[in-house]
Parts: sequence; structure tokens; C-alpha cells
Amino acid sequence: MAVPLIVSDVSKSFTMHLRGGVRIPVVEAVHFSIEAGQCAVLSGPSGVGKSSILKMVYGNYAVDVGQILIRHNGALLDLARAEARQVMAVRRDTIGYVSQFLRAVPRVSALDVAAEPLVQRGTDPETACRRAAELFARLNLPEKLWELPPATFSGGEQQRVNIARGFITDHPVLLLDEPTASLDAANRAVVVAMIGEKKADGVALLGIFHDAELREAVADRIIDVTGFAPQKAA
Amino acid sequence: MTVQPTGLADYNFAYLDEPTKRMIRRAILKAIAIPGYQVPFASREMPMPYGWGTGGVQVTASIIGPDDTLKVIDQGADDTTNAVSIRAFFAKVAEVSTTTSTAEATIIQTRHRIPEETLGEGQVLVYQVPIPEPLRFLEPRETETRKMHALEDYGLMHVKLYEDIARNGHIATTYAYPVKVEGRYVMDPSPTPKFDNPKMDQSEALQLFGAGREKRIYAVPPYTSVVSLDFEDYPFEVNRFDEPCALCGAEGVYLDEVVLDDRGGRMFVCSDTDHCEKRRAAGHRGAMASEGTLA
Amino acid sequence: MMTQGDSVSPHPEPIEGRGETANPPLRQAQGDGLPALAEEKPLLSASGVSKFYGSRIGCEDVSIDIWPGEVVAVVGESGSGKTTLLNCISTRLMPTTGTVAYRMRDGQIRDLYRMGEAERRFLMRTDWGFVHQNPADGLRMTVSAGANVGERLMATGARHYGNIRATAGDWLGRVEIAEDRIDDQPRAFSGGMRQRLQIARNLVTGPRLVFMDEPTGGLDVSVQARLLDLLRGLVTDLGLAVVVVTHDLAVARLLSHRMVVMKDGRVIETGLTDRVLDDPRAPYTQLLVSSILQA
Repeated sequence: MAVPLIVSDVSKSFTMHLRGGVRIPVVEAVHFSIEAGQCAVLSGPSGVGKSSILKMVYGNYAVDVGQILIRHNGALLDLARAEARQVMAVRRDTIGYVSQFLRAVPRVSALDVAAEPLVQRGTDPETACRRAAELFARLNLPEKLWELPPATFSGGEQQRVNIARGFITDHPVLLLDEPTASLDAANRAVVVAMIGEKKADGVALLGIFHDAELREAVADRIIDVTGFAPQKAA
Repeated sequence: MTVQPTGLADYNFAYLDEPTKRMIRRAILKAIAIPGYQVPFASREMPMPYGWGTGGVQVTASIIGPDDTLKVIDQGADDTTNAVSIRAFFAKVAEVSTTTSTAEATIIQTRHRIPEETLGEGQVLVYQVPIPEPLRFLEPRETETRKMHALEDYGLMHVKLYEDIARNGHIATTYAYPVKVEGRYVMDPSPTPKFDNPKMDQSEALQLFGAGREKRIYAVPPYTSVVSLDFEDYPFEVNRFDEPCALCGAEGVYLDEVVLDDRGGRMFVCSDTDHCEKRRAAGHRGAMASEGTLA
Repeated sequence: MMTQGDSVSPHPEPIEGRGETANPPLRQAQGDGLPALAEEKPLLSASGVSKFYGSRIGCEDVSIDIWPGEVVAVVGESGSGKTTLLNCISTRLMPTTGTVAYRMRDGQIRDLYRMGEAERRFLMRTDWGFVHQNPADGLRMTVSAGANVGERLMATGARHYGNIRATAGDWLGRVEIAEDRIDDQPRAFSGGMRQRLQIARNLVTGPRLVFMDEPTGGLDVSVQARLLDLLRGLVTDLGLAVVVVTHDLAVARLLSHRMVVMKDGRVIETGLTDRVLDDPRAPYTQLLVSSILQA
């Protein structure tokens, strides 16, 4: 099977114009690829740039140098140079994302939040909501919350809405940014099982997990991000 | 027109000077060429106040010749002050013959009615128009209404009819009911009752409209389609009357309500006095007609 | 790609979020699965649009493509030229230079400023919408809510009162206005209701492109949230392309896919909305993002 994602020689820095234009390098010469049916885990101490890498792959952060090649609808696309609407199409069809925090929209129910990625891909809203409800049930989200907007939910509840939202589609690539940070052991186990099912379905996963035990349970491969730390001299 | 009858040394024939008449005739010709389109013209001060038919009088003065026979009606009647005065005016300044008979007239100047008797080829109906712009009360800016006419942007006209139905359950507009002329321009037929609208359609007579204060002339040439605006499910309907004319017994004509006393007594009679008189002369009698009521 | 030195130039090239080439060399375009993206063309294409007010710059050399179904937010402070740009690309304001091309429903690409006014007006009330900040600018305040929504239908030939009214009622429901308010005038509506009515009035003809000028400006925060949610839903359901001008980055984040940041009449940064907000590159964008108050 073709490699779904190749990150090649990617560098990223922030230029802080409000701080006199100081340039803060984040990562340099990042290169790795992930394979279908495997879960690769970015590891390293906090602040080393794991989250930035994930965000570049999702198109959320700009890339200074290098290529991020994604197999999108049968062709390779360089996300580092893609136009905004191409990135949108990739997000709709190819790359799913479970973020650490939920950006809640006023007045939209948890079910609709979780169902949205399916609806965007053309599934009828009823079917999509039914699928979201199944995931909520599996993640033990109390049913009385389902129809409520998640803005007032606890961290763990919001995270489960986020997980459902990320796992509801069959995107071939799924990014996981600390999906279990606020979950208890039982729900963590559910997430581990769900990751296993994604792998069995041939999905390529790329994640950040702080919890070492969980990392052991899901990782097929560890990518050490400390190797991409910027050279002091540069 | 260079006729200068003796004894009228102080006035040109038909009151207006020849260059003015020529200017108005040009406007009329343009109006005829573009049915329903409002042509601006340099309206003159006339020896009567605005609202008394200065537009109609200028049109009549520009088209009348010594051989014409003039009839003037006001709300259908030949005998109101306004009608009598205008008739007398042209008798004096143009020395034309006048009549009250619809069939005999070559030019009929009218305020707010179309005669019941069908007009024929060669006759000209001249309307006195107070406000020529049908969109005026919906869109006060003249710059915008002219653009709307130019672009055939008439949705607003139906908004007004929609509002009528929403408020009253039916189209409550009963006079100055908007029409579309020859499938192009929306036109205000002047404040005639909508009862008269069907008479404008494919009329054999030439219809000219003059608005003196507003300085506009427009026209409906003979054999031109004039369609009253409506909705499919609320089609245009003419006013209906429950009883025939109390004097001549006519049905299917436009009736005026006449209050007889201060105890609620009333009668409905033909608004077209000529039509009513002719019928009575022919022996028709309504419910309240007696020998004494004639004339 | 932006490097540090660029920021000193008075007119830096706009930062196109992700890379400088429009056609990335690596895209093997006609792969088996992607007709939607590969064959689609922009709906509207503005290029080199400038508007000068005398010597003052309204907007300068702006080029922007709007694709079907995408929401583009134009942000910047007052006087940055965002409303001028909106007016220029929506034909409400003739640009001094530049062209605006639009892909009509029949697939033809037309230069908007070479179109006749009749056709442009037709386009504006069928295929386009324009939502004003002040609902009074986009509504007829003295006709009923139903007629406000129905006007575009009537303007494009709808002539069945019952159907027009039913459609209007349906749209009132979709913008969360109780159907029994259908005969009330917007004068009697709250600010939020008026804005929702304005949206219904614009969407009733199923437009493909809607322009919005600060649609939530001047509304209470709670009313704003409701309106935003409603807009989000409608935009997704109807697959609308939207160009929304706002100074509120939270509104841009919630509504838009793509963002255009303007300053002094020029575009200084464009890109995916979350990319621009989470990784702003131009100095001014960084200032703008860092100035957001956290509730």
C-alpha cells in the first residue's frame, strides 16, 4: 500500500514582529513518513515542537521550508504549498484531527459538533447524528449532555466530543493531539480500542501521547522529535 | 396650425402659441411611438389651477383643429363645473363645436372615467393625470423610478398588490389600478376606476395622457394591449354593482352613489351622464325613474 | 515566503499563507478521484482592483478569487478598505482600475463592469445577495415581512400569491421568525429579527454568492451568537459562497474558511482562517490577533 504521508525536510520558525522581529526557530529538517495501518507517535519533552509538527501537517501552521506530501484522492499533494481550498479539501476527505481542546460554537449541540465532519462529506444529518450518538455511548458521555452545546462541559466531556468528532469519519490519515489527557482509565481504554480499530481499517495515525502507558499500548513506531531541534548556531 | 379666426386677436388658435403646440405634439408622437412611456414636456402655465386638468388641456389644445368636435367629462359627467368650463374654454379660444354625445365627439377630454359607449377609430381620448408615476408611492426617488422603468424592474409593483391582499384578503386598489402596456411599460391609467381598465385594452381610439404639474405625457395607441397587473390566484376583477342604474336600468356600467337626504336615502346612477340620458331617451327606465327626473 | 526583511517594505507583497506557487508542481492533477477540486473554477475573480477617492486610496491592487461554497472573511480595522473592496467586487462601487469576472449560472465568465445594468440587477437579485450592517438599508421598512421576502420572487416573475406567501413563510421559519409575524412590518421587529429577515430576503432566490457587511455589527452579544449560528447553518446547508466583511476576528473564525487581512487599502495576508489566526505572519496580522480580548 502507498505511503499516505511523507514529511520531508520541514523547518518552521516564528517571527515575532511585535517583539522587534525576533525569530524563534521551532523545528528543523523534520523528516518522517507514516504508513497505513500503523500508529506513529511523536515523542520528546514538552516544547520540543511535537504539536507544531502536527499542526503543520494539518495545515494549521505555515511551513517555512520543506514538503509535506499527502496522498489525497489518489494523487500526491504538497500541503506546504497547497492553496487554502486544497487544504480544506484535504481536511474534508483525507486528514482527520483530534485536537487537544474543543473550539465550541455557541448553540450547536454536542451531537451536531461530532456529526459535522460526516455531514460535510455529504452524509445526511440524521445518519451522521446516529453515528455520533453511537460513539458518545461508547465513550460513556452522559446522554443528557448530547443535545447541549459543549461550551459548558468539563474538560473530559469536551475531549470525548472531540474524539467522537475525529473518529466518526474514515479519513485515511488521523492526527491525535493528546486525545486522552483529561480522560479516566476506563475511557482511555475505549480510545485505545478505537485506535486499534482504525489501524485494522488501514488508517495511518500520527499522535502525541503524554501518558507513557498509553503510548506503549498504541505506538507501532516512535518518532523522536528531539532529533529535529533547531541547531543553536543557525 | 395657422388658423386665426376673427375676433380672437388676443389669442392664438386653441390658446397655446404654435411653437408650444409643436413641442407638445413632438412629445405626443414620441409617447405614441413608445406606448406607456412617460415623455417629459415643457408644461406651460394655463389659465386654471393645477389639478383642474392643465395637462389634459395642453394635449387637447395641441391636437385640436377647427373641424373637431369636443366633449369634456369629469367623472363621467358632462355637466360639472370643470367639464363645462373646459368645454367653454375651447369653444372660445378655438371656436370648435362641442357636444355631450360620446359618439359625435372626435376628441374627448376626461377626468377619471372612460365613456361607457365603445370608442371607435378616429376618436381621441385625452386623460387628465394628476400623478403619472405608478411607482411613486413605492419608490419616491424619480431617478430610481425612471431607472426601474428603463430596466423593466417592476417587482415592486407586485409588492404593493401583495400587501393589498395580505391586508385585505383581496386586491383593494379600486382606481388608478396599474396596467402593463404592450407587455413593456407599467402605466398609471390616471385615477379612473379599475372598472374602466378593460376598455383601454385594444381600444380603437387613441388614448393620450397629460400631467401638467408633473410635466409628463404618455399614450396608448389604438389596438394596443393593456393588461391589469394581478396574481394567478387573485386575478384582476372589475367592480361589480348589486343593482342596475336607478334611472336608466343599465347593468354592467359604472355607477355613482347619490345621497338623497339626511336619513340614509340613496340611489345608484350611471356615472356616464350621456350614456344614461341616451338610454332613457330610448325608453329604458330604472327603479327610481319618473318623468320628472330627466334633465 | 515571508522573511524578516520584507516587513520593512512599505508595500509588502501579500502573504499567501502556504507557499508562493499557485500550482504546486507535485500535484498530479487529474488523479482518479478529484473532479470536484480539479475542474472547479472560481465563481468570482477580482484582479488588480483599485479604488481611489481623489488622491486617497480606498483599496489598491487587490486580486481575489471566490470559489463556490467557501466563506471568505475580509478583516481589518475601520478605514482599511475592506468595505470599499466589498463594494467594488459586488458592483456597488465602480473601481478606478481592475476587473471583476463572474461565472454565470450557464458557466459563462462575464466581466461585471461590462454587463448592462438590467442584466446586472437581475444577477444581483437572483444569483447574489447583499446583507447590510444596518437592516434598514436592506429592507423595505414599511412593507410586511412577507412582502420583503417575496419581493425578489415577484421581481423575477412569480405571480402566484399563495405560493409566494408560502415560500416567504417557510423562509421566515428558517431564520427563526414566527410565521404569525408574516404580515408585520420590520419596523416592529427587534434588531436581531430585522437582520434575520434581511438574510431571508436575500436567500429566497437561492443565490450562489452573498456579500455581507458586518452582519453582526450593532447587535447584542447573545443576539450575535444566534445569528452567527444561523448563518453557519444556512451557509453549509445551501453551499453558499460568502464574502463577509468584519472587524471581529471571532466572527471570522466562526464563519469563514479563508481570511483576507487588509490594511491601508492593501491585502497584507491571506490564507486558511485558522492558519492566519493561529500562525499570523504579517506584522499587522500579529498585532490584530494579539489585540483580541479574551472573555
